[in-house]
Amino acid sequence: MNAIGRPLPRVEGAAKVTGAARYAGEFDQPGQAHAVIVSATVGLGRIAAIDVATAQTLPGVLAVISHLNAPKLAYSPHKGFIDPAHGERLHVFQDDQIRFFGQPVAVVIADTLDQAEHAAAAIHVDYAARTPELRIEGVETLPAGGSHASAYKARGDADAALSQAPVKVDAVYRIARENHNPMEPHATIAAWDGDRLHLWSKSQFVTNEQVEIAAVFGLPADHVHVTCPFIGGAFGTALRTWPHVTIAAIGARHVNRAVKLVLTRRQMFYTTGHRPRSMQRVALGAGTDGKLSAIVHEGTAETSRYEQFVEALTTITSYLYSCPNVRSSHGLAPTDTSTPTYMRAPGEASGVFAVECAMDELAGALNMDPVSLRLLNEPSIDEGENRPFSSRSLKDCIEQGAARFGWSRRDPRPRAMRDGRLLIGWGMATATYPAFHAPAGARACLHGNGPAEVEAAASDMGPGTYTSMTQVAADALGLPPEHVLFQLGRSDFPRTPPHGGSMTMASVGSAVQAACLAVRAKAVQAAIADARSPLFGAAAADIDAADGSLFVKSEPARRETYATIAARHGSIEAEATCSPDEDARKRFSMHSFGAVFTEVAVDPDLGIVRVRRAVGAYGCGRVINPRLARSQCTGGMVGGIGMALMEQTLLDPRDGRPVNASMADYLVPVNLDVNELDAIFVEEDDPHVNALGVKGVGEIALTGIAPAIANAVYHATGKRVRALPIRIEDLI
Amino acid sequence: MTPFAYHASPDEQDAIASAVAGGRYIAGGTTLIDLMREEVEEPKRLIDINQLPLHDIRETADGLVIGALARMAEVAAHPAVARMQPLLVETLLEGASPQLRNMASIGGNLLQRVRCPYFRTLDAACNKRRPGSGCAAIGGINHNHAILGTSDHCVATHPSDLAVSLVALGAVVRIRGPQGLREFPVEALYRLPGDTPHLEHTLSPGELIVEVFVPYGPYAQRARYLKVRDRASYEFALVSIAAALEIDAGVVRQARLAAGGVATRPWRLAACEAALVGQPASQATWRKVAPLSVAGARPLSGNGFKIELLQRTLVRTLELAGEAA
Ligand SMILES: Cc1cc2nc3c(=O)[nH]c(=O)nc-3n(C[C@H](O)[C@H](O)[C@H](O)COP(=O)(O)OP(=O)(O)OC[C@H]3O[C@@H](n4cnc5c(N)ncnc54)[C@H](O)[C@@H]3O)c2cc1C
Ligand code: SF4
Repeated sequence: MNAIGRPLPRVEGAAKVTGAARYAGEFDQPGQAHAVIVSATVGLGRIAAIDVATAQTLPGVLAVISHLNAPKLAYSPHKGFIDPAHGERLHVFQDDQIRFFGQPVAVVIADTLDQAEHAAAAIHVDYAARTPELRIEGVETLPAGGSHASAYKARGDADAALSQAPVKVDAVYRIARENHNPMEPHATIAAWDGDRLHLWSKSQFVTNEQVEIAAVFGLPADHVHVTCPFIGGAFGTALRTWPHVTIAAIGARHVNRAVKLVLTRRQMFYTTGHRPRSMQRVALGAGTDGKLSAIVHEGTAETSRYEQFVEALTTITSYLYSCPNVRSSHGLAPTDTSTPTYMRAPGEASGVFAVECAMDELAGALNMDPVSLRLLNEPSIDEGENRPFSSRSLKDCIEQGAARFGWSRRDPRPRAMRDGRLLIGWGMATATYPAFHAPAGARACLHGNGPAEVEAAASDMGPGTYTSMTQVAADALGLPPEHVLFQLGRSDFPRTPPHGGSMTMASVGSAVQAACLAVRAKAVQAAIADARSPLFGAAAADIDAADGSLFVKSEPARRETYATIAARHGSIEAEATCSPDEDARKRFSMHSFGAVFTEVAVDPDLGIVRVRRAVGAYGCGRVINPRLARSQCTGGMVGGIGMALMEQTLLDPRDGRPVNASMADYLVPVNLDVNELDAIFVEEDDPHVNALGVKGVGEIALTGIAPAIANAVYHATGKRVRALPIRIEDLI
Repeated sequence: MTPFAYHASPDEQDAIASAVAGGRYIAGGTTLIDLMREEVEEPKRLIDINQLPLHDIRETADGLVIGALARMAEVAAHPAVARMQPLLVETLLEGASPQLRNMASIGGNLLQRVRCPYFRTLDAACNKRRPGSGCAAIGGINHNHAILGTSDHCVATHPSDLAVSLVALGAVVRIRGPQGLREFPVEALYRLPGDTPHLEHTLSPGELIVEVFVPYGPYAQRARYLKVRDRASYEFALVSIAAALEIDAGVVRQARLAAGGVATRPWRLAACEAALVGQPASQATWRKVAPLSVAGARPLSGNGFKIELLQRTLVRTLELAGEAA
């Protein structure tokens, strides 16, 4: 029986719930000291003086390091896949400049964490402070260049078509800054062995962390070794290598001991990225029949002063619907804050919110069902790229999702549906995310004893990489999944792309499959060439694998287990790298699609909104493990409830301080906020995307849900709230 | 954390003597330890009072007595409390999380410190933490702050849910100190910030809350606590109301009302209470008295919505209380 497609429980589940799984901060080293960062308490300016005298005399303190005594670091040029194309990363402790509130200004190293914390509080820093620029509206913006040049797209003449459209909507949508706030904080343990550095460090991209830290310290890449087998949630915050990793390594070198550095929750709001605040104008023009004639989508998002972070804020606009006249653009507002970064469905989640709310407004203006409006504007090809989709199941998603939700029972009039005193609203939105694929490697090894070992540098921040890769390997090898041991999270494993952008299954999965097929082929060769094997003399093409054995297809009795073959020959190993099919990628446009339906109940007097249920239908190619995929999708819905109704990092307008930087003050949904969530997958067979036919589900799960909730709130109340999060004060 | 000494007191006398000598009581630690970790609180000496015999919850002829060390979870689950003062059960279960309620004591709950984020970090101006340093909240992010009882020196809300209901119910707090036992209404435990926001309560050094007395009243069964907030649980109130009504033949005989989330101390709504007496128990009445609740309100840049929300919450809670029992 194939392992792929089965709802296997997580292979690492027992390790996680028993505490056996070790996270970065749990790899305590002998003689380890503890580091605590001192963060800037002004939003812009210069360090005038640092008084470390008291701190240095406190018990257990080994060192205080700031720009005054930090080593000058190489900071060689290096831009990984996930680093902004323009600008330069923050150089930590290299000068006296304060670029944003919370910037690290010093680090204390002490024998114990408590000693380091206490000494950090005793450090007094004088600043020559200036007022930071924090606004993203009413300021000059830069065009967003770099990897998302596609952010600027035009076909036809959207502005002219808009002015002539018989029906139009034109509105501005805003989204607050969000921080990822995974349960596990960032943590790094750094230990030097001569000029070699070992890092146990929370990372979604260990191979990049290796190269980045090597560049920062001017070391050969193979002198840096990064380990991160488990991640307690990340949502993108652990893609880049942030300054604290460098600080841990500086500290470890300075005191000549291993050093452990765990960020506080508050510091998780300072230097580890965030979803940028954004403002988007969307204008839609349509005929009275509902056919779109114009789409204008202009987005602006915050970035830092020292890097230009660009995400896919307006890229969905060109392919989502059929429309002859489309113009989209993306501007950046440089502010005196730290650099934003990718956060689950980066850009798309924000862009889809604006476009899908605008579509709902258009449906209202047309007096048309929102579902019908979308079906009416379904394109036959990607009109932006002018090429066919490798697969596009949006219509099926909408129809199946609507049926499951019971959409046909919706009274279209706002404020028409009630439950007692509560107003009930039903809203929907389209979801979409690109099907990325990047080069990846994997290694597979068959032993005479024990499970087949498969490894790749990859990560598992929660989606179930361990399990899904085990399934892929099991099927490629013809082994039961229990006989496969998949390992990840080490920079000396074959290189993989970032664990983000929903590309792990496609990229690492394809590589795992290739490596397993390669090692299987080696085992076949070994067996058919060996007179001691029952397979001796058979043609390789005639050999199949199942249940841990190779056998001759025409004579199934002629068979031998991998273990026996490997026992005779010694372990058999193969490595493979797998790259995207560039030709297919030129011929086809590759994206996932989905449709999300939500029901909200709004207390009309008190403004309280509760999401009662959500149904998502997704077309994501092949589903490797329905249990994991479903969990990804319902998890995305929970994130979407947060995005729609709770999450916002509030900046003090005077100094840029993230004020609500704690888990008590930065609201995310709790269990009581999460009710019925349902995710289904429509059958989709896409032979073009990659060998496995997978598109990934992690990001699409977050797109669509926030606009579906906002649209439901409108349907319930008749009030259109165009800024997220929607809170009580917006509705009373 | 600033280094400190720790002493577990065997009895009240020892505890009080230790506190008079400069020690600080610790019960569940859910307020104190958080703040010590941030060095917002720096007690030199902790007096652990958990061994003191103050855990009991018992009924008397005229009311309920709740020991200061009874845990929020224990009180919420106690049959006598459910029977005699269902308002307290509802209130406690709306507060914090199950884990916190298992640790948090009633005495600690009453003396918990404000949730103003500028108070809870050393690097912001805060008159409550460092007298004279200013109030960062007034010109900053103050969405959750108070509209009532504020001063130019502090606008933080009192965070306790329980205190709101105890004030509404006319509960009494019993204190033991170097001078012996004294008692006064829970309401009198709290000060307005004025120009001394660092002084929050009226206890003298070394005074220990030993128990809370909650008198029975004919309104106890028509009592509801409604807490409005942006998520369904585990969040402090934007606005909350405790309302207890005595209604006879459709007419309000007695009303006991207090508000949380809007004021610098649990806010007794005395004017509303008085205006309700003798009025028919009806929506029209609830609406008529609601504006009295916001008399003197001073909105800040980010919390003006609370003026409307307080009135609406009051109307709803009165309605729920009117339907209760
Ligand atoms: C994340 C979070 C969410 C929360 N949400 C809510 C909420 O929604 N609603 C709510 O009401 N509360 C909430 N709380 C607060 C919680 O209820 C209080 O922290 C708790 O009740 C304090 O009790 P404790 O026993 O832990 O007090 P401690 O931390 O031990 O003490 C608190 C203070 O009281 C003093 N003290 C304690 N006992 C006595 C005594 N007998 N006599 C004199 N002084 C004493 C201590 O010296 C200290 O100053 C929340 C807390 C947290 C951390
Ligand atoms: S409101 Fe009170 S607690 Fe908050 S900063 Fe101002 S003085 Fe401090």
